[in-house]
Formats: sequence, C-alpha cells, structure tokens
Amino acid sequence: MLLNEFLILAAFLFCTGVYGVLARKHAVLVLMSIELMLAGVNINLVAFGAFHNSDIGQVFALFVLTIAAAEVGIGLAIVLLIYRNLHSADLDDVDSLKG
Amino acid sequence: MIAENVVFGIIAAAMALGAIGVVRTKNVVHAALYLVVVLAGGAAQFILLGQEFVAWVQVLVYIGAVIVLFLFGIMLTRAPMHPKDSLDNDLRWPAAVTSLFLVGILVGLLVHTFHADKVDVQRPVRTADVTSSIFTTYIVPFEVVGVLLLGALIGAVVLARKD
Repeated sequence: MLLNEFLILAAFLFCTGVYGVLARKHAVLVLMSIELMLAGVNINLVAFGAFHNSDIGQVFALFVLTIAAAEVGIGLAIVLLIYRNLHSADLDDVDSLKG
Repeated sequence: MIAENVVFGIIAAAMALGAIGVVRTKNVVHAALYLVVVLAGGAAQFILLGQEFVAWVQVLVYIGAVIVLFLFGIMLTRAPMHPKDSLDNDLRWPAAVTSLFLVGILVGLLVHTFHADKVDVQRPVRTADVTSSIFTTYIVPFEVVGVLLLGALIGAVVLARKD
C-alpha cells in the first residue's frame, strides 16, 4: 500500500477539524473538531511507524491519546463552568475580554 | 494487495463522510455519533497497518470514554437539539476557504514528497515490543503523562464542582 493513502486521509481529517474549530459556535462541537484533528495526527504517526516498521509510531500515538483524554476532561469542565456562568455554551457569548 | 486497497478505500470513505458529518450536522448528539464513526474507522486503519495495540486502545479510550464524556457534556449544557438553532457562526465561508487552502497545500506537499513510498503491511508490530519500548526507552515520558492525567483529573474536579 502507498504511504500517501494514509497521509492524505490524515490531512483531510485535520483540515475538516480546522474547519469545525473555526466555523462552529457551540463549545462542545469545537472540542469534537479538535478530536478530529488529533485523530488525523494519530493516523499520521501510526502510518509512519508502520512505514519504518518500528514501534515508535504506536508509542507516540498512545501519548497523543492520553493527552487528548486529559484535554477533553479539562475542556468539558471549562465548558460546564462557562455554561453555569453565562447560561449558554455559545462561544460567541464569551466576549467579556473584548473591551 | 488489491484487497487491502479496497478495504482502505471503504473505511476512508466512511471516515471522510463521518468527519464532514461532525462539522456539518445540525444536531449535537448526531455530531458525537459521527465522531464515533471517524474514530472506529481510525482504529480499523490501525489494524490494517498491523498496529493492533493502539487500535484497541483507541476503541477503549476514545469510543469508550471520550465519547461518553462528550455525551455528558452535551446533556449538562442543554445543547440545542432543534435544527432551527444554528450551531455555526458567521465565519463559515472564511473557514471553508482556509481549510480547503490547507488541504490543498498538505496534499500537494505529500504527493510531491512521498509519491513512491510504500508501507509493508505484511509485518505487524508486536505488542510486546511496544510495551517494552514504553517501559524502557520512554519510561520518563510515561510517568510524566501519568502525573499529567492525575493533574487533569484533580483540575477537572476543582473546576466543575459547585461551591
């Protein structure tokens, strides 16, 4: 199989995630788009690991998975706090620092 | 060799449609379910690459834990379930232009750089090698990640509790 098949799929996932982060208004959907980007990165890491026939790709993908889980936990706690204070999870309403 | 490419194409098409569903659907719960499609497809691609350990960790951690966390987040924030409420801001077209520009650059560079490289999927990586690598070469980052998870756990509790 060509290495490029996996890399182009990962690039597509990453760019879809970029679109979601920029265009979505609800905070949970922005976090989901970040997960899309991280899934693309993971495919890249594992594909390069298989390309070099080594286990390094899997090790780094596991670290990325761990960081992603921690990020979602903290992110959802922050979203919950925003919702509790503003009664809305829309990121357009979070503009207290706008001046 | 042909069969692998066919399997890859089917899974990749499902993943692409799921990814577009995550960023385009008007229902927040549907977005979480589309994300399940993308992550399960990713796990299938890992198995196709012969890297089974990270595939099963992806199923356990992402589909088992992270998606459930997302569903809890959706329920606790009372996300709008009605299609009339827009979930997008007014940056939709600039965002689409940005991401198309980015995917164009990335695909161009990848095709230019890796057009001849092939992956040998006939030699899977053993899980024993992965774990011994984690517990010898990468033991310090592994412990640091453990401390970071503990910190994230305590931080999430401190942030989300009512006082």
